[in-house]
Amino acid sequence: MGFLDRSRSIAPPGFNRWLIPPAALAVHLCIGQAYATSVYKTALIDHFAASQTAVGIIFSIAIVMLGLSAAFMGTWVERSGPRKSMFVAACFWAAGFLVGALGIFSGQLWLVYLGYGVLGGIGLGIGYISPVSTLIKWFPDRPGMATGMAIMGFGGGALIASPLSTQLLKAFDPASGTEGWVASGDAVGRLFVTLGIVYFIVMMYGVFSIRVPAEGWRPNGWDPSQVKHSDLVTRNHVSAANAIKTRQFWLLWTALFLNVTAGIGILEQASPMIQDFFRAGDGVSAVSAGVAGGFVGLLSIGNMAGRFAWSSTSDVIGRKNIYMVYLGVGAVLYVILAFLGGSSTLLFILLAFVIISFYGGGFSTAPAYLKDLFGTFQVGAIHGRLLTAWSAAGIAGPLIVNGLLDAQGKPGTMNAHNYLPVLLTMVALLIVGFVAALLIRPVDSRFHEPELHTATTSAEEA
Amino acid sequence: MDSTSRTPEHVPVNVAPGRLVFGWLLVGVPLVYGIVTTLSRVGQLFQ
Repeated sequence: MGFLDRSRSIAPPGFNRWLIPPAALAVHLCIGQAYATSVYKTALIDHFAASQTAVGIIFSIAIVMLGLSAAFMGTWVERSGPRKSMFVAACFWAAGFLVGALGIFSGQLWLVYLGYGVLGGIGLGIGYISPVSTLIKWFPDRPGMATGMAIMGFGGGALIASPLSTQLLKAFDPASGTEGWVASGDAVGRLFVTLGIVYFIVMMYGVFSIRVPAEGWRPNGWDPSQVKHSDLVTRNHVSAANAIKTRQFWLLWTALFLNVTAGIGILEQASPMIQDFFRAGDGVSAVSAGVAGGFVGLLSIGNMAGRFAWSSTSDVIGRKNIYMVYLGVGAVLYVILAFLGGSSTLLFILLAFVIISFYGGGFSTAPAYLKDLFGTFQVGAIHGRLLTAWSAAGIAGPLIVNGLLDAQGKPGTMNAHNYLPVLLTMVALLIVGFVAALLIRPVDSRFHEPELHTATTSAEEA
Repeated sequence: MDSTSRTPEHVPVNVAPGRLVFGWLLVGVPLVYGIVTTLSRVGQLFQ
């Protein structure tokens, strides 16, 4: 398997760097399926005669494993290079679907936990971070745009998987088309097998086409010494082990954690929330369930678009400033949503769209910010450790939102007033995140790798 | 900044149009399918 080694994936002279984003996207579009699990959730509940919670745990395990594998495997990913790590990610992701399918066919829910949850979750974590540091090295002039492009794929993956899975379930289930149809377990099992095979093939395109730049490579016409100087963009390097000892890492962790937690506040309740906001006194909502489904789709597009647009914007206005926008402007938008969101459907949709675009932007800007603060030496590994913020928010966000809403009533039967505690809690979280982002300063020189600083500077000046 | 790259040996970039088109189509076509399908559902919001 020497073909997978980092040394065998160094780009030849004259390699076109625009071949790298499709390779990265091939991986992220596949693993982004994780956001589309709701398509077959009801079918699994029926098939296993299980509760919502028992089936929901599949997704929770996958997200927790994402954070853990990204954190613990980050250094290995950095050392092994993108090709080997993308290959391993593809194997875990595909194996997750196949073992999950076995669990569905045999009626063993624990096998689905092990398959999609544990194995698939490991594939998610490794796949998520594997192309990131490579992209940053290929696009040192536009790192935010480059990582935004790949991480946009994670948001876009759900947009593809959701309608594709629906079509496949209809094709696999002879009973489709009947009134109140819910896909059979057999159809979901066959869907899992199909997705496992298709995703493995597409991810192999990424494996075969990814390349790392040769030592000392830089884009034509780009001179690092001409780049506008900023205290928050270092030319030094910090190891992953040292990065987690810095205040900057934990401030950024806090900012990301709170930004994600606040975003989940809307994402988790999007469909019932828009119906509740426009519920008349007679208990009937002006927004139908079908329209609410469209609203959820619009949020998915906002999530995806924000990952690319805001991360690219950060190349121009700076990483710290964009995080202050996500958190500061985000807090203001939440206040407007809380007090005026119920006055107009269009206003509600616009506010939610921008808030969710900030949620996506927080994810995609993070690796470029890490590169600014800690250099490129082990940015992938540091990014992996930072993603534990996502796992933590994936647990904390729903707990906070569901806990507060449970005290108000049942989603789908409430009105805009009942959402005030949740939305104002999100405002408070975002303000704390804003302060954390504000406190980020350059990393102390005692954490720098002295020999790497020398090596990089020499290469850049050569 | 254009898309060309420079190696330490200053070799002109090989654009590789075939591979470039194939790669971007492979990821672009499914993405466009997903966006168009989702937008058609979003359209219900404004009817």
